Amino acid sequence: MKTLLKSVSMAALGFAMLGTAGTASAETLTIVSWGGAYTKSQVEAYHKPWIAKTGDTINSEDYNGGLAEVRAQVEAGNVTWDLVDFELSDAVRGCDEGILEILPINELPAGDDGTPAVEDFISGTLHECSVGEIVWSTVYAYDTTKLSSAPTTIADFFNLQDFPGKRGMRKTPKANLEMALMADGVPADEVYETLSTQAGVERAFAKLDTIKDETIWWEAGAQPPQLLADGEVVMTTAYNGRLFNAIVTEGKPFEIVWDGQVWDIDLWAIPKGAPNKDRAWEFIKFATDTTRLADQSNYISYGPVRKSSFAKVTPEMQPHMPTAPDNFKNPLQNDFEFWADYGDELNERFNAWLAS
Amino acid sequence: MVDAAAPSSAPTASSTRDLVTADGTPLKVALARATRLSKLRAFLLVAPLLLFILVSFIFPIVQMLWRSIDNPEVTDAIPRTAALLEDWNGEDLPSEQVYAALIEEISADGMRQEIGRMGARLNYEDGGFRSLINKTQRGAGEISESPIQYAMIGFDEAWEKQDTWAELDALAESPGFAAAFPATAEKLRAWETGNSPFAEKTPGADVYETLFEELSGSGNSTDIAQVVSLLGGTDNPIADLIQRTAANAAEIKDRPLRFALGGVDKDWNDTATWKVIKAVSPPVTMSYYLNALDRTYDANGNIVMQPEWKQIYVDLFLKTIYVSLGVTLCCIVLAYPIAHLLAILPAKHSNLLLILVLLPFWTSLLVRTTSWIVLLQSQGVVNDVLFFLGIVTDESRLQLIYNMTGTVIAMTHILLPFMVLPLYSVMKTISPSYLRAARSLGANPLVAFVRVYVPQTVPGIGAGSILVFILAIGYYITPALVGGQDGQLISNFIAYHMQRSLNWGMAAALGTVLLAGVLAMYWLYDRLVGIDNMKLG
Repeated sequence: MKTLLKSVSMAALGFAMLGTAGTASAETLTIVSWGGAYTKSQVEAYHKPWIAKTGDTINSEDYNGGLAEVRAQVEAGNVTWDLVDFELSDAVRGCDEGILEILPINELPAGDDGTPAVEDFISGTLHECSVGEIVWSTVYAYDTTKLSSAPTTIADFFNLQDFPGKRGMRKTPKANLEMALMADGVPADEVYETLSTQAGVERAFAKLDTIKDETIWWEAGAQPPQLLADGEVVMTTAYNGRLFNAIVTEGKPFEIVWDGQVWDIDLWAIPKGAPNKDRAWEFIKFATDTTRLADQSNYISYGPVRKSSFAKVTPEMQPHMPTAPDNFKNPLQNDFEFWADYGDELNERFNAWLAS
Repeated sequence: MVDAAAPSSAPTASSTRDLVTADGTPLKVALARATRLSKLRAFLLVAPLLLFILVSFIFPIVQMLWRSIDNPEVTDAIPRTAALLEDWNGEDLPSEQVYAALIEEISADGMRQEIGRMGARLNYEDGGFRSLINKTQRGAGEISESPIQYAMIGFDEAWEKQDTWAELDALAESPGFAAAFPATAEKLRAWETGNSPFAEKTPGADVYETLFEELSGSGNSTDIAQVVSLLGGTDNPIADLIQRTAANAAEIKDRPLRFALGGVDKDWNDTATWKVIKAVSPPVTMSYYLNALDRTYDANGNIVMQPEWKQIYVDLFLKTIYVSLGVTLCCIVLAYPIAHLLAILPAKHSNLLLILVLLPFWTSLLVRTTSWIVLLQSQGVVNDVLFFLGIVTDESRLQLIYNMTGTVIAMTHILLPFMVLPLYSVMKTISPSYLRAARSLGANPLVAFVRVYVPQTVPGIGAGSILVFILAIGYYITPALVGGQDGQLISNFIAYHMQRSLNWGMAAALGTVLLAGVLAMYWLYDRLVGIDNMKLG
């Protein structure tokens, strides 16, 4: 099936090249994303159909998140990236600092059921400089062969008595502090309120203290499934797409616990002064329509941000989506405003805590 | 070139006795000309390299040094406010003028980028500033349209509530209210007719202004008392609101913008907020350096220690130095015998060994680091072997990675060739006859080795140590991958500030402190060992 798809798209590509050869319309877009299975899903769902449609060439580059490269390019006046896949907090911050293009959001196509784009995108996924793409989630998973009883709640992650063994967590306060508070009994909708007080921060760190000595800290998204597979940890937080990959594609004996998931979105944005910014905007409009967004979920278990795309997600993929009803019982949306304000401070504190 | 001809035109008494060339130019001058030409030629030869070094090395370093003190964000965004704040005494809230300047500058068109940067800069000092600045930017435009309205809302947010105005509007029909506040009653009736049941929650600015005018008018205490009793006495929150607004009317009228900004966010009525802005205003700052040394300015501009939970950098610098020294020491201990062996073996064996030393040197850094992960992890090769030999049990497997042990092991391995090669090149030149002479003069092998051989290898140890130490002190990838929580070094934090927090000033300050540290070490080395004693081969 995959080879068939590949050859079809190659043929389509060749066809498109023939069709547009000699015309000025074919351009080269440099599209930057997070690499691995995630970029692969974008290549399948967006790049290939776009190439078939326009005959453009697409340079797919990887990066590790953050605004550093874009800021350096914009400040040096030498922007080479046309389109970047950002985390929400970075997209908002880049917009505030004026290093991202402001986008004519109202030009986005309506959903295929006719709902205008502004209503079709779930709330909080359209911004001045960025257009939402997928919903992803930080969850925790455990190795079913290593634990005698199955953990079911976020509190179990912090329960060393009943579920002994090493834990894995991302080396950042983001999502960890939230999970610690939820495990300590703070309802999801009060988490950020609690965290903005000194006492709340103390409480979250005190909860993290209980597993600090048993925790291994990871940084890249590919690490936690590896840590689990190597037996370095018995449970670890991870991005749900990476876990899906390990469980379904590689057949690893892991189980995801969705309780207390912290979900977030990824968005497209265009660096200020990008060489092909008009074309990049055309690409965004194309890639975020109902069909394309739904199609991406065939390749990785991240949910589409358009309501009209939900129904088009295939039944096999439905249960793996962070937004599937069974998984979405006790979710927390990552609050970018909170992290934009307190991220630096909490990071410093987190690092000091780690080193102590 | 210009002055080359000059001396010949003015021969002095002494120069006439000097040697001259065939064309009569004094030999000295001719020589000087010739050497100058060759010097120029030599300079032109090195010019491309010099230019390359200037552009790619010196310039970035100077730029980094500059970034660590450069502080233009606030003056770029709100120059007038910053200038006015300079004269502020820091005790009471700033004058109304400052508020006016801030409102005007923060809501100015086309300044969004500058304002955003200022928010980010202020946020480094105190979390929460970014949203404060963003919020104020959105709210400030409205304030300048109708200061009194927003001052009232700022005084008490009940003035923004639909309930308040619904109740006042209902009251507007009563003759008592119309008698007390005739103009307001009329405005409210006009608002009501134009506004079928509360499509707008609150009336326009003119209603606010009229009501405020009547509340603050002189000799109106009886009118206010009447309205209060109409509302059912001070137990009614709206009556209380009216009474309090009237009592503070003079102050509100005097400083509408202070109240209005306070309504956007109460932080604007806190001197601490203004103190931070004032402290960050100067175009050049030491605060990045202070931060890099765990110090900060307090509200009055004195240098004090950071709160305890923020003190990380000094410890990290020390840790980085200790780790680098430790790695250097490990490298010496491991490399010395290897280099010695290489130097004394016949060439056909030593070449093979040398390739074994160089092979990892040619392998990617990442590959080598990840191989160590495979070897050292708790289910890894080393632990499996120890388990097999019965040295550890399954529960007591050694934690060899994701901590300081892992960092030191992996860094030592990666930096080892930098120690082996200089040592080898020095040892290669030491003639074996020295040792033989020492032995023949009665020294036992150990004494001969320690007192004759080792001193001659000091230049190699010095060169290798400096290489390894300086590379180690800036190491970044390896600690990031195998360091876990306590194996992080200062360069990881520089990277963090470059890539994540985008606090490039802080990254530059940390980098500069590190550079200064390395130079200090270099100086110390020069004093203790002497840099001339160093031999790289």
